[in-house]
Amino acid sequence: MMAQGPAGFVEALGGRVNAMVARLGFASRFFWVVLKTSGTSFRRIPLTVREIYFAGVLSLIIIVVSGLFVGMVLGLQGYDTLVRYGSAEALGTLVALSLTRELGPVVAALLFASRAGSAITAEIGLMKTTEQLSAMEMMAVDPIARIVGPRFWGGVISMPLLAALFTAVGIFGGYLIGVVLIGLDEGSFWSQMQGSVDLHDDVVNGLIKAFVFGVAVTWIAVFEGYDAVPTAEGVSRATTRTVVTSALAILALDFVLTAFMFRGV
Amino acid sequence: MMNKRTLDMWVGAFVLIGFGAIMFLALKVANQSAYSLAGTSTYRVLARFDNIGGLKIRAPVKSAGVVVGRVADIAFDNQTYEAVVTMNVGSDHPFPRDTAAKILTSGLLGEQYIGLSAGGDTANLKDGDTLKITQSAIVLENLISQFLYSKAAEGDEKKQ
Amino acid sequence: MSPAPLVELIDVTFAYDDDRPVLSGVSLRVPRGKVVAIMGGSGSGKTTILRLIGGALRASGGDVRVFGTSLNDVGTSELYRLRRSMGMLFQFGALFTDLTVFDNVAFPMRERTKLPEPIIRQLVLMKLHAVGLRGAAELMPQQLSGGMARRVALARGVALDPQLMMYDEPFTGLDPISLAVTGQLIRQLNDALGTSSIVVTHDVHESLQIVDYVYFVSEGRIVAEGTPDEVRSSAIPFVHQFVHAEADGPVRFHYPARDYRQDLLAGQ
Repeated sequence: MMAQGPAGFVEALGGRVNAMVARLGFASRFFWVVLKTSGTSFRRIPLTVREIYFAGVLSLIIIVVSGLFVGMVLGLQGYDTLVRYGSAEALGTLVALSLTRELGPVVAALLFASRAGSAITAEIGLMKTTEQLSAMEMMAVDPIARIVGPRFWGGVISMPLLAALFTAVGIFGGYLIGVVLIGLDEGSFWSQMQGSVDLHDDVVNGLIKAFVFGVAVTWIAVFEGYDAVPTAEGVSRATTRTVVTSALAILALDFVLTAFMFRGV
Repeated sequence: MMNKRTLDMWVGAFVLIGFGAIMFLALKVANQSAYSLAGTSTYRVLARFDNIGGLKIRAPVKSAGVVVGRVADIAFDNQTYEAVVTMNVGSDHPFPRDTAAKILTSGLLGEQYIGLSAGGDTANLKDGDTLKITQSAIVLENLISQFLYSKAAEGDEKKQ
Repeated sequence: MSPAPLVELIDVTFAYDDDRPVLSGVSLRVPRGKVVAIMGGSGSGKTTILRLIGGALRASGGDVRVFGTSLNDVGTSELYRLRRSMGMLFQFGALFTDLTVFDNVAFPMRERTKLPEPIIRQLVLMKLHAVGLRGAAELMPQQLSGGMARRVALARGVALDPQLMMYDEPFTGLDPISLAVTGQLIRQLNDALGTSSIVVTHDVHESLQIVDYVYFVSEGRIVAEGTPDEVRSSAIPFVHQFVHAEADGPVRFHYPARDYRQDLLAGQ
């Protein structure tokens, strides 16, 4: 069905917008149901612990390795620029501020979306495809409480921890380059950093960002899985959508949060 | 499928590492800017300035170079056309009532902060007190124009 | 009039959208203790009947009565209460792939009862023994053959001794031996546990050997019903075609299309 002229195009556009708004409405209702039934996730801790393992522990390697490299790159690039202005000692500040405020939460969330988010979507989608969710429902067990809830909370709990780890390892990477490799003074590296990184403004705000990203990514992941078309193709599309939508959501939310947190300070 | 104990161990280790990272960020990376946190008790001190220059909210309040508090609020008084600056000073740093407040700059172009120099009064400041002795920010443009005028005046004198 | 049937559909209609009804005017009864088959070709609406009885779908018209309660306007909690007395075997078993065979069978007991773990263990082993897979308790579902998975799902379905068992295409994709085993198990479990069963299937020969009564569904309507013997000797064209697996009959081989000749010439 090709659009017939401009009128047809407008009609098709309107249809797509309608469908998107309806989907967002459904996703919000789904989010509400997940929250309402999350009693199960906290009454039965082993269920959630298991999902923290899959979302958090299994993401450790990629988070640590990427964090180290990002920190090392920041160290090299930052030194190269700072040394022109004769302020190479500010390298610690540069690395720590970029990581705590932006790169830590954002890059960790992007990695989390592609590592854990896609896995959650694929798992729930496959459970739907193989009628495991229907089977559960027929056993009078609510799949949202039993399957979706623990995965959601597992992701939400893991994400800030992963972001903190990413930031810490990244700062260590910057230290390796700045102090161990280039030979900056260790004392001034740390003290300059401490002098300008603020516990509330930078560290706590970074963790708040990571938490918000964690909620967004896991929400998208569980929703896409639950809403997937129950075929092999449908699940693969849903998995792709999780990664793409999460990435966009992370970057858009980052802009909004940054505007709120660091305005005029 | 790994058994439950191994799984618990891994998750426990993960949570420990995560909190370890947060502690590292809090203790080793960030400064303990105590007066930015609600945890410590503070008292409010007001000061009026003709000109605050580039002073911003949350700028440090220092005495003898040590941070003792933070700027909490900056307002404009419509009657006197002065800036009213509210500072939160840590309760563990009591200051005499005749303490003077100056707006200073760290380095030539650095951030501006409030410097407190203690006076000799025996009574200490209470919550909500206003500082009597203040010195406004030095505005670089004014300084330069003053310098230029005085140079020009010198030049005129020599000609005569 | 026999005692009230366990499940009764009275003039039920169902449609996802208004102009394409999936079921129209379906009436059927499942008496206590009997095994009833619902047969029909693919897409005839027979799985929809199961979903209506399980409460996964709501009828657009008519009345679905399960255990004497009308499902037309029950709330979620009431529906969940009714489902506690139902068991369902899905087409490919729908075992939880992240749990062992043992945990799969234990799942409904752990989720819905407060039985202590030692008793659950005994019950699970009993159910697994009944389907002949006690030795496979520690395997993962991926390690099972299709027939074994079906039997584990059967053990899980009867884990809480339901009053009503529903089977959605239990014979699909099974080799002849597994097929016979599954058929026998359905009958044996029904009689041993005093359950009633509904078997949705298109496998005529296997099911005619084990069921008490058959409904034929075609294009959303009940077109014939009877005991297996009546069905075998039925002269109704549809039933005859179905039972004897003839390619063409009332069920057309060709999907409705334009005239063949016109269609071929249309391209020129």
